[in-house]
Amino acid sequence: MKFIPLIWVNLKRKKMRTMLTIGSFAVALFLFGLLTVIHSAFSHQVKIAGADRLVVRNRISLIMPLPISYKQRLAQVSGVKSVTFGSWFGGVYQTERNFFPQFAIDSETYLSIFSEYSVAPEQWELFMKDRQGCLIGEGLIERFGWKIGDRIPIQGTIFPGLWEFNICGIFKGKTPESDTKQFWFHYKYLDERDSSTKGLVGWYYVQLSDPSQADRIAQTIDEMFANSPYETATETEKAFAAGFLKQMGNIQFVLICIGSVIFFTLLLITGSNMAIAVRERTNEIAVMKTLGFSGIRILFLILAESIIYAFVGGTIGLGLCKLYTLQGDPTNGMLIIFELSHAYIALGLGISAMVGFLAGIIPSCLAMRLNIVDAMRRI
Amino acid sequence: MAIPIIYNIRSVKARYVSSFVAILAIAGVVSVFVAVLAMANGFRRTLMISGSPQNAIILRGGATSEIESSISLEQTKIIGDTAGIQRDKDGKALISPEVVGIQCFKLRSSGTDANVQIRGVSDNALKIRSQVKISRGRFFTPGLAELVVGSNAIKSYDGMDLNGKIKFGGEEWTIVGIMEAGGSSFDSEVWCDHNILRQTYKGNENSFQSVTVQLETPETFPAFKDAISLDPRLTVSVEQEIAYYEKRSEMVFTLIKVLGFLVAFVMGIGAIFGALNTMYSAISARSTEIATLRAIGFSERSILFSFILESLFLALLGGALGCIIIIPAHGQMASTINWQTFSHLNFSFAISTEILLSGMIFAFVMGFLGGLLPAWRASRMPVAVALRGL
Repeated sequence: MKFIPLIWVNLKRKKMRTMLTIGSFAVALFLFGLLTVIHSAFSHQVKIAGADRLVVRNRISLIMPLPISYKQRLAQVSGVKSVTFGSWFGGVYQTERNFFPQFAIDSETYLSIFSEYSVAPEQWELFMKDRQGCLIGEGLIERFGWKIGDRIPIQGTIFPGLWEFNICGIFKGKTPESDTKQFWFHYKYLDERDSSTKGLVGWYYVQLSDPSQADRIAQTIDEMFANSPYETATETEKAFAAGFLKQMGNIQFVLICIGSVIFFTLLLITGSNMAIAVRERTNEIAVMKTLGFSGIRILFLILAESIIYAFVGGTIGLGLCKLYTLQGDPTNGMLIIFELSHAYIALGLGISAMVGFLAGIIPSCLAMRLNIVDAMRRI
Repeated sequence: MAIPIIYNIRSVKARYVSSFVAILAIAGVVSVFVAVLAMANGFRRTLMISGSPQNAIILRGGATSEIESSISLEQTKIIGDTAGIQRDKDGKALISPEVVGIQCFKLRSSGTDANVQIRGVSDNALKIRSQVKISRGRFFTPGLAELVVGSNAIKSYDGMDLNGKIKFGGEEWTIVGIMEAGGSSFDSEVWCDHNILRQTYKGNENSFQSVTVQLETPETFPAFKDAISLDPRLTVSVEQEIAYYEKRSEMVFTLIKVLGFLVAFVMGIGAIFGALNTMYSAISARSTEIATLRAIGFSERSILFSFILESLFLALLGGALGCIIIIPAHGQMASTINWQTFSHLNFSFAISTEILLSGMIFAFVMGFLGGLLPAWRASRMPVAVALRGL
């Protein structure tokens, strides 16, 4: 403890270098934070997928519909607790840039399966009474400045014409990870007004009583509809989301890959700076040894300095990254979440402390073994 | 009087370890910067070259992409009779009413599903899209369940082999040809006869999703557009094909650019720190040298100039190294799902001279910012104090 002032004085010796080294660490860890944020944004859907839910879609592809009559038949499969469905609306609010997903939902059953969302009871009641009603996720409120009672026009793309909806309520996620940048309205409204897909829905969600039966039930469902005009492909919500992620594939991989290489280059640079700082002090270390400092103590002093650089820099970098993510998504709604999680902050701090240790260990070992006579001769 | 540049070059050589570290940092940043631009550029280019200024694409009014759209058979006939459409030597209008579906095929790389765009075209399709050529095999025979597969699609998706058979949509299809589309999005597509695909996707409904027409010249487009828009029997929107495809690239293009620039910007700051550090230690190690230069008559300004030059020299080496490292990425394939068409798209990194140039400019900006403060300090160094160190 009594050496803290000594370490402190050493840190202040070359203020510019101290600042630059801490700064490089901060930049590297900011970058690390940013890459994990991008990574989580891409893989988010996989993470939040419900373990007890299956997605049933048309075998051809997700854009092909399934008949509404399947609801009854799916509900009869043993092991199925409940069934709901949804359809993609894909409308445009004002301009194409204002993209957000709109789903026509089976309002009676949707929330019982997606239990991660909640709606205030009085708002729900209002929604159920209003055929043109809609619910908006809290993630959309700020973006468009909507409030309950607003009537909003959405231009149909798949379903032609101008559609108007009354905002009846706001749904919230029970955990911060939930995707609340969505817009829900009654499937009945869609079905009533548009004849092109009458009696057809986009996809089904099936909730299971026992998640371990998922594979068996998925197979049963697909066999049930095999050789019909509407064959199905059933998989767990997680596999479904992971499949999408694989299609996004390369872009994320390339970003993360390049970023990681650079991250470690930056850390190497920082490490070499630290080594230079120690080398410059060779004489001084020799003097300290002459005064009776043990090798271990010298090792400890230099290592402590290096870890402090790393830790302070890491904290600043991750802190700034956290602040940056609080500003919101720079791609304007294209990423579902833009958040630096606590787990990654902890990992980042761990990495920076470790790099601080690694960067300091070689120069401090050299210092520990330093031969006093050799070093003094250079003075 | 200016200090000879050779002095700076020799000093960079003398301090090769710290110079190397600074050069490496700048090289890393420049290579990532170039890679990101090349990726965004490659993606956009793939869609841009899919469209031709001489072609127009017609969708239902309000639809933003082909899969959302629907055009009835009667409407396609009305469109075909509109003035301004190019005709072939038999007097037939060059028009291709198309059915566009998304069919899941397994990716060879991961074994998971990919949304592949499958396009039912008329037998005019090759005349309308002159960039598409059959490279192996032949074009499909109208009326038969035959497929022509894009050159990237055949590499990416499982079960696609020339003369092989593949089953989907209640039909067994024979792959009869491979088409080469110059790196455009058609290289990721699968083509077949529109009448057969229509049955697969729409049952007996008499409708298509889009109509692509070739105009007499690109200049006829405004007149053609007016004619179509004013026809009360049509509720459609007309776009020049090139504009349509450009819009379809917007979302992913922005995503790559915003995220990529963010990463490159942060790394740029890191590299500036690296350059600052190198230059500061170079200067403090050289204080007697600098003082000597001042003592023998070099002005403050020429010292300042000389050190900025040295930093820019480091940047030049770093930038050039970065560009050289990343050039092999040119032409590398990448793929992603294009959310705007909901389909999987293969594209290649496209590095252009402009991109390399902007990478070098970025390197010089980093070098300049990293060299300015240290150079200023060097120029203001008190001569007497520094010389005492001798």
